[in-house]
Amino acid sequence: MNFSRFENKSISLEDLESNFQEVEPDLTQKEAIDESNRCLYCYDAPCIQACPTGIDIPSFIKKIASGNLKGSARVIMESNPVGASCSRVCPVEELCEGACVLNDASMPIMIGNLQRHATNWAMKNNAELFKQGKDNGKSVAIVGSGPAGLASARELARLGFKVTIFEAKEKAGGLDTFGIVSFRLPQEVSLWEVEQVEKLGVEIRTNTTVGKDISVDELVSGYDAIVLAVGMSTVPMLGIEGEDAEGVFDAIDFVETTKTPPMSRDFVGRKVAVVGAGNTAIDAATCSIRLGAEDVKMIYRRTEKEMTAYEFEYEFAKQDGIEFEWLTQPTRIVTDEKGKVTGLECVKMELGEPGEDGRRRPTPVEGSEFVMEVDAVIKAIGQTRFVNLIEEFGLNHKWGVVEVNLDTFQTSNPKVFAAGDVIFGDGQGEAMVVTAAEQGKQAAYAIHKQLIGETESAAV
Amino acid sequence: MADLRTNFAGIKAPNPFWLASAPPTNTGYQVQRAFEAGWGGAVWKTLGDPILNVSSRFAGTSYNGKQVMGFNNIELISDRPLEVNLQEIYETKKKYPDHAVIASLMVEPQQEKWHEIVKKVQDVGVDGFELNFGCPHGMAERGMGAASGQVPELVEKQTMWAKEAAEVPVIVKLTPNITDITATALAAVQGGADAISMINTINSLAGVDLDSWNTIPHVAGKGAHGGYCGPAVKPIALNMVAECARDPELNNIPISGMGGISTWSDAAEYMLMGAGSVQVCTAAMHHGFSIVEDMIDGLQNYMDEKKLETLDDIVGKSVPKYSDWGDLDLNYKVVARINNDVCINCNKCHIACEDTSHQCIDMLTAEDGTDYLEVREEDCVGCNLCSIVCPVDGAIDMVEIPNGEPMTWNDRQAAIKQTSTSATELA
Ligand SMILES: Cc1cc2nc3c(=O)[nH]c(=O)nc-3n(C[C@H](O)[C@H](O)[C@H](O)COP(=O)(O)OP(=O)(O)OC[C@H]3O[C@@H](n4cnc5c(N)ncnc54)[C@H](O)[C@@H]3O)c2cc1C
Ligand SMILES: Cc1cc2nc3c(=O)[nH]c(=O)nc-3n(C[C@H](O)[C@H](O)[C@H](O)COP(=O)(O)O)c2cc1C
Ligand code: SF4
Repeated sequence: MNFSRFENKSISLEDLESNFQEVEPDLTQKEAIDESNRCLYCYDAPCIQACPTGIDIPSFIKKIASGNLKGSARVIMESNPVGASCSRVCPVEELCEGACVLNDASMPIMIGNLQRHATNWAMKNNAELFKQGKDNGKSVAIVGSGPAGLASARELARLGFKVTIFEAKEKAGGLDTFGIVSFRLPQEVSLWEVEQVEKLGVEIRTNTTVGKDISVDELVSGYDAIVLAVGMSTVPMLGIEGEDAEGVFDAIDFVETTKTPPMSRDFVGRKVAVVGAGNTAIDAATCSIRLGAEDVKMIYRRTEKEMTAYEFEYEFAKQDGIEFEWLTQPTRIVTDEKGKVTGLECVKMELGEPGEDGRRRPTPVEGSEFVMEVDAVIKAIGQTRFVNLIEEFGLNHKWGVVEVNLDTFQTSNPKVFAAGDVIFGDGQGEAMVVTAAEQGKQAAYAIHKQLIGETESAAV
Repeated sequence: MADLRTNFAGIKAPNPFWLASAPPTNTGYQVQRAFEAGWGGAVWKTLGDPILNVSSRFAGTSYNGKQVMGFNNIELISDRPLEVNLQEIYETKKKYPDHAVIASLMVEPQQEKWHEIVKKVQDVGVDGFELNFGCPHGMAERGMGAASGQVPELVEKQTMWAKEAAEVPVIVKLTPNITDITATALAAVQGGADAISMINTINSLAGVDLDSWNTIPHVAGKGAHGGYCGPAVKPIALNMVAECARDPELNNIPISGMGGISTWSDAAEYMLMGAGSVQVCTAAMHHGFSIVEDMIDGLQNYMDEKKLETLDDIVGKSVPKYSDWGDLDLNYKVVARINNDVCINCNKCHIACEDTSHQCIDMLTAEDGTDYLEVREEDCVGCNLCSIVCPVDGAIDMVEIPNGEPMTWNDRQAAIKQTSTSATELA
């Protein structure tokens, strides 16, 4: 995120919707031309290596410079079926832009923003970038329409498979549609990507939960292959008293309420405690502020050094006026007689010896309990897993993380492949849209190889 | 999807993007890599008597920090033995039968020398020849290249000699180092050329080093003029192509255009101005062979968008619009109009007009104290300068103002002549 480009808008209490407009403006035509001409068009460019989907970045940038925007968008979307979303949500400092050779010489190219420029063109001009492949007689069911499921579906459709996606929610797109804050990723961008996949003949059955509305057996017997791309589930319980009080929220559900207007005015003037310090916690905190909360504190039991949020997310939260309570652990949610949250009891922590994961273990400081006056608590301490569903499929898993062959994304059932957050486990960095998309693609190629026997993707 | 297949004077290629005769086409290895990358044809680095070269050969010119605005070289023709080149041409053509492989030739202006080299090279199976009458340095001192290309009689004669022995099409590559390129183009036509190509490089000295006072480049402290190419020469080359394309005496002879082509849009401009194929050297030297991918993709997307199906739908389509000054409508009037919503108030247009044009952009202040710029349209001559120096897209439009019936200089002179004759008759 390039903070210097942010529109310096203060939070409006009258027009909450305006607080959820994209914070970083599109590049102007001049910016895009200046920036694209600054790209060196390196050979064997490190940015390509750093992109999990391997977008040919110098090529798409050169096409912006030459005025071939359709070609540019095609190069991006070819490698990354959710390339428009990724241009907005990828942690580019850690990926492509971080690898740009100009980091040392001057300033890295704004790859994410250029990618956004080219895909915006495709969105505005209704460009047809890909075609459905010739029917190869095989069918694939995909469970979940997030980045992993969509990417898989797009590639399978181009390869001639009949693809059906089953999606529990009323709209497709997964967390791109419902989970990532609107001021970074407007919902229409994700829905455009969904539409691109549907145009290739992919059927998306929304409001259809696998395991409930349609059985696992039906899928396994009715399709030649299955891609499990259900992501992760709700935020786990904190395991403290008062958790079911009115005013306690799951961060992901909470962000979801801000993805579609009208915005609720329930948060105006409230005092909010967000428990956790990862990226989701920061999103919940910045959404609270944008909904008009008066005071937002993030509660984390370790220190600034151990927090898992990206640097730019942290900076962004500070700019939004979020306060941070380090070395603090919630112990009880205090409620009034009507069962409404009135406070959060916490204890101060100190860091002891490093644990197994190498991070120093926080331990409570005796007698340091205190009550923080809040009227909303948002839990953002990770996500649980769809263990039941995974077991219904009979797949090997570790704590709900489906085990796969990392070359083919095949699970312990040779007919079932898995991609995205559902295979995301500890020690694998951050769960990201871009890796989910790449895994979805690779699963599609592996299915093609298994069922049709060719390795080449017959691109159409 | 637009069909880019090319038939240029009988030379067939999958697309009109060819590498020009220069370092990128020095060896079979390079030409084959280029074909793999997508180039439709290649004009082999000029063959001739084995030649020596100097070390330190090229210089790039930068402009405002942008590299390779222009490119200068003092390299000569191929310095590899003819036999080696012939073997590699043979192998390349065999591996890539559908791509255009054209041999560039340069020998002394003698009939038997031309016959000898044409026959030898023809035997390995080239699709055509390009006669290099254009190298401005090194070869010229020996009566070859530009030295022979500047003398129309020598162009005609040598073309004839080559044609006497050639069984495949002969393209004559012209030097821009001449006052009127249509004169040598006509000589090529009269000599029987099947096509012409242009431009070779323009006489140049890239620069002087301010510490050592050496020329750039220099060879052990001495320099000599070189040949200039790259983006900087495009307008010069484009005019030469256009002048040849519209010259009725040249009879629509196919033209292969080159000079500063870096993108599909440069190529499309050359094609609109009459080039049936385009050649590229500097851009490939700057970025590698892969640039051809966007040239093909970009041209195809452009043609699809304009609903053009084949190259015939684009080649030469702007030629009828290129004319003489005397045919321009003296009553056509455009004026500058500033869009203050878009303007960023750099005032560059004001000072450009004030100091160097017609003093008609006023710097004004509105009642609310905001500064704005306004054109006094009655004084504006429509020179375009303000819109040229404006850094922002859409801040200055040049708009047409209705201004009476069309009247060209030629119409006007004819009318004056008529009135004076009728006046004399009356008298
Ligand atoms: C708040 C938040 C912010 C984030 N911000 C970023 C960011 O800025 N950048 C980034 O790269 N990543 C971010 N991520 C991570 C990123 O969103 C995920 O890694 C990515 O969406 C995973 O894709 P997926 O396809 O595996 O799963 P999801 O996107 O979770 O999609 C899974 C889909 O499966 C559906 N589903 C689940 N169960 C069933 C069932 N039984 N039957 C049918 N359908 C089912 C779900 O409804 C959902 O639509 C963020 C995550 C969160 C929670
Ligand atoms: C280093 C160098 C060597 C060249 N050698 C030849 C040559 O051997 N024969 C020839 O016909 N043209 C030669 N040229 C000229 C090119 O073929 C071409 O006409 C010119 O560079 C214009 O195209 P460009 O602007 O795309 O570079 C040479 C150009 C360069 C830069
Ligand atoms: S490009 Fe550099 S390394 Fe290669 S020949 Fe020229 S001077 Fe030598």
